[in-house]
Amino acid sequence: MKITLLDLGVGNVASVERALERLGAESERAATPECVANAEALLLPGVGHFESLIRVLDERKWRAPLCEAIGRGVPFLGICLGLQALYGGSDEAPDLAGLQLLPGRVRALPPVAKLPHMGWNRLVMKKKSRLLGGIDADAYFYFAHSYAAIEQGQETVAVCDYGGEFVAVLEKENMCAVQFHPEKSGEAGGRVLRAFLRQGA
Amino acid sequence: MSLARRIIPCLDVDGDRVVKGVNFVGLRDAGDPAQLAARYNQEGADELVVLDIAASRDRRPTFLATIRRVAAELAIPLTAGGGIRSAEDARSVLRAGADKITLNTAAVARPELISETSLEFGAQAVVLAIDTKRFGGQWVVMVRGGRESANLEASAWAREGVARGAGEILVTSMDRDGTKSGFDTALTAAISSTVSVPVIASGGAKLPDHFAEIFTAGRADAALAASIFHDGIQPIRELKEFLAARGIPVRLPC
Repeated sequence: MKITLLDLGVGNVASVERALERLGAESERAATPECVANAEALLLPGVGHFESLIRVLDERKWRAPLCEAIGRGVPFLGICLGLQALYGGSDEAPDLAGLQLLPGRVRALPPVAKLPHMGWNRLVMKKKSRLLGGIDADAYFYFAHSYAAIEQGQETVAVCDYGGEFVAVLEKENMCAVQFHPEKSGEAGGRVLRAFLRQGA
Repeated sequence: MSLARRIIPCLDVDGDRVVKGVNFVGLRDAGDPAQLAARYNQEGADELVVLDIAASRDRRPTFLATIRRVAAELAIPLTAGGGIRSAEDARSVLRAGADKITLNTAAVARPELISETSLEFGAQAVVLAIDTKRFGGQWVVMVRGGRESANLEASAWAREGVARGAGEILVTSMDRDGTKSGFDTALTAAISSTVSVPVIASGGAKLPDHFAEIFTAGRADAALAASIFHDGIQPIRELKEFLAARGIPVRLPC
């Protein structure tokens, strides 16, 4: 299975590529809307501002083929902003519509602890998960964000607690997303990516 | 709220070699950056910092090549800095494979650089590095590799940096740097309690107790050191086991 990376110029796509390469996976950066439409599997990485991600996604006309591909059952993994983009919108850029594949909005993390939420944190499992199968319950993952999906849904399989719970991992059929950075999360992160690759295989 | 306290090895790089010094002078060669990066990634470092200590224009391509080589070895975040004077400089460093940049002298000269880079790359990508030295009762911000005073007080500058969009503060005590007498706990606690973002303490580490102290009394979110890791005086895994035994949350690699 070849992974098509949606490189929106936000965040460190090269590090995702290297992580996939370490796992022996083939990947390419999407160049056109057709690349997105015809992908075998899609990965949307991103860190930074919600607005930059959504604007570039629309400028390149990737929104429609991306939503259609996910709807068709193409394996999808969103990372960080790539998770947030799946919702209706974000308080970080209130006027922009997200991909609206999930109900609800992305909100600012409560200012009770230091922000950005930056560093290694643990997860609280809520459901049996494909991505987290075989991973120690006390494993740490690397986060770097100030906004998050606070409201949990059917698709929420793990949360993280940082001044309150937020969605850390979601799985809905072929659509998966993580708020942390598996490509920066050492061995544990590598396992999450491997689980995603297995799902599409 | 179990955010792990981070242990961050720092590679001071001159071109394509790691160097080390005492109190910012007297540099010695300490190895190949990519080799050290691979070792720290393996040993359980939580992040890596690479600083271009020469920070000269003509050697920029060499530094970017070093970032690329280092990033290729890592499955943990990479921060790079030294000589970043514009959003364009920041972009080239991030494109080379860094996740975050550090701003230092250029941010003092033109504080707008903090907001420009924060708006473009996000606050999580912008670390304000503050080198400081104690004069009388004050911590004064030093620039140009610690050679000049910036006539700024460290806590005030940290607050301004955060207001302008810095997502993290890296505070280096120049009084302690290279002395192995322990981090400056009072300095770090003062900065950490005055800003809303994570604070990385740097300068003076040698013993595991120094790390335990900076994470408790010093209120640091992360601790950075160089030579004690390079020389193998303090293996990272043992350090983390020591901290875990003291009840300090750390990520123990499997």
